Amino acid sequence: MAGHHILRIVTKILFAPILLFALYVQFHGDYGPGGGFQAGVIFAVAFILHTLVFGVEETRKIVPEGVLRVAMVIGVLLYAGTGVATMMLGAPYLGYDVIVPESDHHAGQHYGILIVEFGVGVAVASTMMMIFFKFVGREPDIKDADW
Amino acid sequence: MFHTAASPIVLVDLAILSLLVATALVMIRVRRLFAVVMLSGVYSLLSAAFFVSLDAVDVAFTEAAVGAGISTALMLGGMLLTARREKEMTSNRQGVALAMVVVVGAALFYASFDLPAFGDPQSPVNAGVGIDYVERTPNEIGLPNIVTAVLASYRGYDTLGETLVVFTAGVAVMLLLGFGSARGGLAVKDPDAIEAADDADATPAAEPAAAPQPQRGEG
Repeated sequence: MAGHHILRIVTKILFAPILLFALYVQFHGDYGPGGGFQAGVIFAVAFILHTLVFGVEETRKIVPEGVLRVAMVIGVLLYAGTGVATMMLGAPYLGYDVIVPESDHHAGQHYGILIVEFGVGVAVASTMMMIFFKFVGREPDIKDADW
Repeated sequence: MFHTAASPIVLVDLAILSLLVATALVMIRVRRLFAVVMLSGVYSLLSAAFFVSLDAVDVAFTEAAVGAGISTALMLGGMLLTARREKEMTSNRQGVALAMVVVVGAALFYASFDLPAFGDPQSPVNAGVGIDYVERTPNEIGLPNIVTAVLASYRGYDTLGETLVVFTAGVAVMLLLGFGSARGGLAVKDPDAIEAADDADATPAAEPAAAPQPQRGEG
């Protein structure tokens, strides 16, 4: 899309705010609507927009597929590992209260939910980007007339 | 039965639901797949608006982000791998399909009479476990957003399962589409496979298809 100046400039303007919004949704999920799933999808959408306008090769320079593969696993392991960690501390699997046992305002629950949601966000964002890259990576760039 | 007075919100709901039906009907009629994908995004966005009017903001958020956002983009990516237009239906099975749709639709319509009215305080959702979560969350979790408390703490196993489903989907796509070159799946490095492809191609005109596709150079 070499000639589309408006699309390219609007994408450049919107890219960072979309990422920022994703982070807000991620870490504000305890207090308002949102959480890991939505944040991960919004995070991935920023890069998908980048791919649509600048092409998949340019986006791969920002997020190589090797990084995405590792991030997918890290996200799932963050979630599952939190459960293992609470078991090590003597609580049931994903029993967050044990993380800060002496807290009187459920700090353990807050930390546990925050970590787990972050794992969901990382896993969902990297998986969505990976799926999209795999889909668009199989076709040469589409000419505008093909639409 | 539980009755609500007619209010402006009801008009909004009616407008959104009519637009949903209209979008679905247009999606059936249109043959260009690009338009169908875009309309499915519109459909999801309208659903999200409807969820907002039902006070289910978390669901609306997910529908807007996943339904209207990412699945539209993924459907576009999938569409690029197939044709751009839907084939014309041959008419010999349309009667069977119509009969199926009518029967299933009638069954659903009949079942909808047993649904509790919207906001009914006696419905199982509002009287049973839901009210339990609302009462227990401030004492046990202390999060203002009860949806997050249920999702990540009370139902933490379920959410772990959902995350694994997403992960598995990604792995499956990597296994199905991940091999070959970054551009085009035909670049085969294995010489035996290229030879086999050469043997299979009887016509010389098809020869370039078997040769490894050159990777696009980094600009």
